[in-house]
Amino acid sequence: MTATRTETEEAVARTEKELADGAESVGSSRSERLSALVQQHGALAVLVIVSAVASLSFDSFATGDNLSNMATSSAFLAVVALGMTFVIITGGIDLSVGSLFALGGVLAAWGSQYGTLVALLLPMAVCGLIGVVNGLLIARSRLAPFIVTLAAMLGARGLMLSLTDEGANTYLVAKGSFLAELGQGTTLGLGNPVWITLLLFVAGAVVLRRSRFGQHVYAVGGNEDAAALMGAPVARTKIIVYTLSGVLAGLAGALNAAWLASGVTILGNGMELEAISAVVIGGTLLTGGLGYVSGSLVGVLLLKVIQNVINQIGSLDSSYQQVVSGAFLAVVVIAQTWLGRRRQLL
Amino acid sequence: MAEAAIRPAALDRARVLQWMQTYGVYAGVAVLLVVNVAVTPHFLSAENFRTQAVQVAPVIIVALGMALAIGTEGIDLSVGAVMALAASVTALYLGYGLVPALLTVAVFAAVVGLANGALVAWVGVQPIVATLALMVGGRGIALVLLPQLKDLHNPALASLGSGDVLGVPYLIVIAAALALLVAFVIRRTTFGRQLLAIGDNRAAAKLAGLPVRRVLMLVYVACALLAAVAGVLATARLQASDPTSLGNLMELSAITAVVVGGTPLSGGRVNIAGTVAGAVLIQLLTATLIKHDLPPSWTQIAQAIVIVLAVYAARGRGKR
Repeated sequence: MTATRTETEEAVARTEKELADGAESVGSSRSERLSALVQQHGALAVLVIVSAVASLSFDSFATGDNLSNMATSSAFLAVVALGMTFVIITGGIDLSVGSLFALGGVLAAWGSQYGTLVALLLPMAVCGLIGVVNGLLIARSRLAPFIVTLAAMLGARGLMLSLTDEGANTYLVAKGSFLAELGQGTTLGLGNPVWITLLLFVAGAVVLRRSRFGQHVYAVGGNEDAAALMGAPVARTKIIVYTLSGVLAGLAGALNAAWLASGVTILGNGMELEAISAVVIGGTLLTGGLGYVSGSLVGVLLLKVIQNVINQIGSLDSSYQQVVSGAFLAVVVIAQTWLGRRRQLL
Repeated sequence: MAEAAIRPAALDRARVLQWMQTYGVYAGVAVLLVVNVAVTPHFLSAENFRTQAVQVAPVIIVALGMALAIGTEGIDLSVGAVMALAASVTALYLGYGLVPALLTVAVFAAVVGLANGALVAWVGVQPIVATLALMVGGRGIALVLLPQLKDLHNPALASLGSGDVLGVPYLIVIAAALALLVAFVIRRTTFGRQLLAIGDNRAAAKLAGLPVRRVLMLVYVACALLAAVAGVLATARLQASDPTSLGNLMELSAITAVVVGGTPLSGGRVNIAGTVAGAVLIQLLTATLIKHDLPPSWTQIAQAIVIVLAVYAARGRGKR
């Protein structure tokens, strides 16, 4: 960091970090720290337990093939959830990511005929632009994020459908191209999308925890008016956050198209809800101001492991997956609210 | 022209927006009607009006419940799942007769509503998350109960779906009756006033001694029951239970109808007539584009634009 930081900025940064870390300094009693710990790492503990039980119960669970398949199929949702984490920490929500994912996939597959660079940059640019519009409407015109991104969800899917002759036209990614290699190839036994996802998460965590922008994200979500008074650029932060969410959704769609070798038009339905569920399960508060990138990754993995376990129990109908995910979400949300209230009272 | 000089140069923007918010949805419906009468062949036929009205009836019924939830500054994402659940339960219990089946549907819906309401009112979970859990899980339960599409051959249910009184389909009669009932509850009952007070300022309502939790519970139960009615009627019209796709994206259509109809998401005000008009507007818009062979993707884009315009007009009214 620069040496010109003033004392005030340091203090602000410290306060925000404390807010983000669960207000450890304010009379940090043992139960308070415990609830902060559960909030941050509870999902990880559950993931470990579920995975342990699953690998003991099913021989086919803890095999290299199954694990690497799970990792690759989680990667795309994880990238979307990364952007969603930023949005939710600012106290917003982005319902358009599922449509942007599908749009990004179609654009990438179409663009792959002009080279890999176009195939990757075009979806990120178009989806990012829609994110900018979302952000502008939310931050400058002060419209409700829920409604703005709902409109973007409809609009982006409409755009995607009109690009594909109402979904009838499927664009294919050329075999043997670099894009196909990026999606389908493996490095050190893990699919390339998994590595890309991990890199993005590390970058996301660093940005959120160590950069000025990350502090602004927490500050805006914690208390918008206070953040504005402290001099945080509230509107700009919001615009960047929705843009980031759009770009990442487009990139996830492009990677998915590279993996499937085609831009599939029926993908992404309900993906926004999966991403929101993963983020919430990972300990990020929907009220904003508190959240963890790592938690979202764990949340995605947990959803995928539940899905995989239900598939392993061959006799269980796959519709149970939705029931279990829903029940899981309810339990996590109740626990979170309860923990949150406890910490407020303490 | 002294008067003109006093008024600000541009047409007062705030007043235009205010007019748009109050009457925009009716104006939109009127414009679409006029355009269609002028350019769409066979638009002015009783058959066409009947089809449009029958199609929009379930959306209106769900939107009425949604308007109540939004009036308390809440939202209910589980309505589509409740419709699917209602369809499954109807199919499962139809063997015992229509009335027992409908009572069972009501019980299921009430349980969903109580679960949503308990999460919102007692645990204090944000409505969007509280109802998200049942949106995901509810359709799962519907599919567990009845995994695939099932044809229903029940004369009583069939007449509910396609019968009519004096030429007006039951669906429309029921939707209209429910709209009047909900409007009456909002305007003329203590419950309605408490609901709006809670949506306007929950803390103040609590301090004033209003039964905040009970009202919130009742609102989500009412919302689920209305969604269940819509689910049963849609099933009756289809003559089949279709838990996979029935009610898909219904929560979005209902929210759109409510918001386009001038009810602010920030709670405290509910516009029932506007909600009905909002549903009709979206229906007419879709029908217009389809009748002129424009691709369905245009409908979605048009719908997106209408939503943004509506919330833009609503901006600054109500709270915040």
